[in-house]
Amino acid sequence: MRRRWWLAAPLIVFALFLLAVGWRLSAPPDATVKSRLVGQAMPEFSLAAAVPGRAALRSADLVGGGSKLVNLFASWCVPCIAEAPVLGELKRRGVTIHGIAIRDAPADVAEFLRDHGDPYRRIGADPRSRVQMTLGSSGVPESFVVDGRGVIRYQHIGPIMPQDVPTVLAELEKAG
Amino acid sequence: MLLVAAPAWADSGQPAAPYAYRQLADPRQEARARALMEELRCLVCQGQSIADSDAELAGDMRSLVRERIAAGENPEEVRSWLVERYGSWVSYAPVLGADTLLLYAAPVLLLLLGGLLAARRLKRRAR
Repeated sequence: MRRRWWLAAPLIVFALFLLAVGWRLSAPPDATVKSRLVGQAMPEFSLAAAVPGRAALRSADLVGGGSKLVNLFASWCVPCIAEAPVLGELKRRGVTIHGIAIRDAPADVAEFLRDHGDPYRRIGADPRSRVQMTLGSSGVPESFVVDGRGVIRYQHIGPIMPQDVPTVLAELEKAG
Repeated sequence: MLLVAAPAWADSGQPAAPYAYRQLADPRQEARARALMEELRCLVCQGQSIADSDAELAGDMRSLVRERIAAGENPEEVRSWLVERYGSWVSYAPVLGADTLLLYAAPVLLLLLGGLLAARRLKRRAR
């Protein structure tokens, strides 16, 4: 009788394996890579204007003036199109938004802003993703809430959709 | 569906960073950069190293690695610069920390367990 029980051991192990697989398939792990810089001062950077004639963006511009949103976007990024009207809405609600255009050409950025709206006060160009890496960001779009002292307080990964607006506004409020 | 399929379009069409596909002139520096690139995880195509990935961000990371090593930084400085930003996740050679303690302790613990089992068995046989 005792020996019979041991015969079932491989089956039990296999059943556990199936359970583990089933669990991970139904609840996939979070594949987003969060920046470790949340809670730390914005690293120093200085970017040229992404569109000629527009204000450029330096890290020093993010110190003072209450909380603000720094939005990493690109004209070639499809989710950014979905996000654009939401950023417009945030701007209407009085949020200061600065943009960082990742791997983009001035003419393409200008066209994107013409087609999808322009909520940005300043837009820096990050042609080699250097500032994106400096911020610990791994894709577009991503947004950072920066407080009045220039400290990163919150990171939103992916497009800010209408359902995310209350959270983002609350984080801006907290950082203000 | 659009959001799920987005990575397929995630291509800027902009030129690659200067050292994304170009080796450093100094073969010793290139070898050190290369070794590090194989241990850094691509942020876009997770599971590949940046040495293997053709994603644009991986190219930008390779250029960053090569440029910093050419400027005289050692590979571990470049690695920790990235780990400070992305966490130990970005490195295939995780640094010892609170979150990786179990990872490093596991071989020792398993060896101890195995030794214990073997010792018990040998003792029984001796009897």
